[in-house]
Amino acid sequence: MRNRNPLRALLLLPCALLSGCDWVVLHPFGAIAKQQGHLIVVSTILMLLIVVPVLAMTLTFAWRYRASNTKAIYRPDWDHSTSLELLIWSAPLLIIIALGAVTWITTHTLDPYRPLEALKAPAADAAACATPLVVEVVALDWKWLFIYPEQGIASVNELVAPVNVPIRFKITSSSVMNSFYIPALAGQIYAMPGMQTELNAVINHAGTYEGFSANYSGAGFSGMHFKFYGMSQADFDGWVRNTRDDGGTLAKADYRRLAQPSEREPVHRYAGVDPDLYAAILNQAMHP
Amino acid sequence: MRELVFGRLSWDAIPFHEPILLGTFIAVAIGGVALLALITYYRFWGSLWRDWITSIDHKKIGIMYVILGLVMLLRGFSDAIMMRAQQAMSFGDSTGFLPPHHYDQVFTAHGVIMIFFVAMPLVTGLMNFVVPLQIGARDVAFPFLNNFSFWMTASGAALVMMSLFVGEFARTGWLAYPPLSGVMFSPDVGVDYYIWSLQIAGVGTLLSGINLIVTIVKMRAPGMTLMKMPVFTWTALCTNVLIVAAFPVLTAVLALLSLDRYAGTNFFTNTLGGNAMMYVNLIWIWGHPEVYILILPAFGVFSEIVATFAGKRLFGYASMVYATVVITILSYLVWLHHFFTMGSGASVNSFFGITTMIISIPTGAKIFNWLFTMYHGRIRFELPMMWTVGFICTFTIGGMTGVLLAVPPADFVLHNSLFLVAHFHNVIIGGVVFGMFAGITYWFPKAFGFRLDPFWGKCSFWFWLVGFWFAFAPLYVLGLMGVTRRLSHFDDPGLQIWFEIAAFGAALIFLGISCFIVQIIVSIRHRAQLRDITGDPWDGRTLEWSTSSPPPPYNFAFTPVVHDNDAWSDMKNHHYSRPVEGFIPIHMPSNTGAGFIIAMLSAVCGFSLIWHMWLPAAGAFAAMLIAIIVHSFNYDRDYHVPAEEVLHVEAARTLSLSGQS
Repeated sequence: MRNRNPLRALLLLPCALLSGCDWVVLHPFGAIAKQQGHLIVVSTILMLLIVVPVLAMTLTFAWRYRASNTKAIYRPDWDHSTSLELLIWSAPLLIIIALGAVTWITTHTLDPYRPLEALKAPAADAAACATPLVVEVVALDWKWLFIYPEQGIASVNELVAPVNVPIRFKITSSSVMNSFYIPALAGQIYAMPGMQTELNAVINHAGTYEGFSANYSGAGFSGMHFKFYGMSQADFDGWVRNTRDDGGTLAKADYRRLAQPSEREPVHRYAGVDPDLYAAILNQAMHP
Repeated sequence: MRELVFGRLSWDAIPFHEPILLGTFIAVAIGGVALLALITYYRFWGSLWRDWITSIDHKKIGIMYVILGLVMLLRGFSDAIMMRAQQAMSFGDSTGFLPPHHYDQVFTAHGVIMIFFVAMPLVTGLMNFVVPLQIGARDVAFPFLNNFSFWMTASGAALVMMSLFVGEFARTGWLAYPPLSGVMFSPDVGVDYYIWSLQIAGVGTLLSGINLIVTIVKMRAPGMTLMKMPVFTWTALCTNVLIVAAFPVLTAVLALLSLDRYAGTNFFTNTLGGNAMMYVNLIWIWGHPEVYILILPAFGVFSEIVATFAGKRLFGYASMVYATVVITILSYLVWLHHFFTMGSGASVNSFFGITTMIISIPTGAKIFNWLFTMYHGRIRFELPMMWTVGFICTFTIGGMTGVLLAVPPADFVLHNSLFLVAHFHNVIIGGVVFGMFAGITYWFPKAFGFRLDPFWGKCSFWFWLVGFWFAFAPLYVLGLMGVTRRLSHFDDPGLQIWFEIAAFGAALIFLGISCFIVQIIVSIRHRAQLRDITGDPWDGRTLEWSTSSPPPPYNFAFTPVVHDNDAWSDMKNHHYSRPVEGFIPIHMPSNTGAGFIIAMLSAVCGFSLIWHMWLPAAGAFAAMLIAIIVHSFNYDRDYHVPAEEVLHVEAARTLSLSGQS
């Protein structure tokens, strides 16, 4: 840094920090996550309507009615005012009515189980007509297995999807609870053994994004992340072809080996998958 | 035979090869030996046993709870410092100084200790000390039970501490979700330490909850109707109702988990019909009311302080009470918001999201009530009041981020993130911890007869306040950058600066805690200058300030009669004069060592069960039963303080009061 003035550097530090990092939750690249990030901003503004006055009043009252300020009014027995009481109950009530309405609507429109075709948001329009890509997600100790049943392929710690095509994730876990989360794409959902959760989402920009487990699952948890690639349909088709050409296969016996606990597993690709594998994992029939 | 006696305990359980633990152990051992030597040197053993360990005086038990909470705060905070240091260091090629095996125990222990063995003892301690004094009672309803409850809590804390040096603690997170906490994925003793320390401490918490409810319902001074009760007593009542309703759920769910671990049942396993989500539901049906158990008494503390230091009646007493009761009820209708992301339907998620938001209405009303108590007041910025203003500013922000997390689609992107971690520290530090420090500073002169030194107290306050924001504001930012919690290593070097700022904040909080310790030492040394002779150092408004500091064992020579809320203020306005004659003998409960003995035996029993030492476990359990039966034949339960002794004590107080004026 050329600027040697430490004070100025210190003052500039917050600006540098705020501009240098990427607040992916507020600036994501998928339609669902975008609406979720937008909702955070809207809700916060709605609440600031009451929080800012409260903070201002706290500091004003604390200063104005300090004991040394003998000019301020002092009414030791004043402890009730019906109009003020009405105000202090109704002001938060009104905010919560507004926020509650927003909550009810967005919780339904952004329900992870809701197929994307039903989503009316403009960003998803392009996606709405395409048939969704199905991906079966299995959380293993401590890596992620992605099965593409329609393509008949699978990958470990690498997820690929075409842009503007809805993705339908079916999610489970082999052993303990994890949470499947790609902040750039959409909100998370738990991966739980013997249970299946679902997530419908779409990625709208080509790029490489971070995905990880958002629920602590044991010793290898910190290394349990993967790359999520959003790419054009042509690139995606190319990736599928390549995977089919050079990968091995994932039969049940291979899965048993894969399911053994391991950390920071490199990317694997499989040209073929046992078609019953996901159902067997989901039904806890694959215990090593 | 060897297996029946020693179970799986062997020399391998002692962490000789862990330099950090070994160093800690040596330090603790030296400190412990020094403490024992000092007690012996000053011939304090007899007094310790008679006046403290066997004491059934609610004031002494309250003080012991607070001491336990503060000691455990040091342990919980050293865990926090280790986590902050690890996360600030462990980037890229560096893996920091804690491998996952350690780090995962540290964050689990931090959560468990801070909630169960710091916040709970501090809250229970304050309620124990203050409530009987505020309602004009001489003790709690069941004094022996009170002593027993304390020692059960202390036994639980002792077991957690023991896990540091014998074996290890759980590596599951503070709520030990199965299947991770099941015997298949956590076969070692960590989860068993977790289960048995919480079960033993839970008995104490539940019994003390029952005790305080009965005390408040049955033992109020004549004239003190429910709507004339001080607000702190109201919040204590609601908190104890919550304890009695919620803690049995925790006991039951941990019992089911232990059956899974010990007896091979399948309540929460992956196969054979087990359902791990049932555990998650049950633990949060306890867990959500638990946070209100902690925060309601803090609200009560602030209500007392703001009225006292504004020199004014509390604004909107009735709406304060209703707000407390509404929060109590609503706290049972929100538990699912802890797992919106486990796949519930949209309508279920909306329902629990909206019920959660509704809690912010009575909470908001409370904040406004405190504000309008300050309005047209004459505020003395003594230390408790500073904590209160610090609380309002900090807690309001924490409340806002909490409501944000209650919006399910927002929670989908923020759940389990560092944003969440920042939120709950924002309300627990900003609310509960600030409240407990405010309460300790406020009632300290009542307990010990001298005030705490204000200078070091102010240092502590500012370090805590500024340190809190330095430590947790970066975590809000990191959460919005999509960083999840409980990670012991990061790849993205861009994040490191934020963790370094957070670590700096933790260092400031360390200074805050150090200043608090210095404050206590300085105050003890300067106790002559800080002496409070009046018994009413802050111009208080409630009954505890009408008696001497510290109060006599019987609290009140005559049971006060109440005509208005803020009873003591009312008495002062009507020129109340202290009775100085006509005393009658006072009926008081006798000390007993039974509670201590039974609690220690239960700790032995718990330790044996953790290590599968079946014979010692059975022996300790049998000994417990025998001790209970023997105690039930103890007919020497009470005594009368003779009228002459009351006269003597009260005359001494008259003398000191006149000497002062």
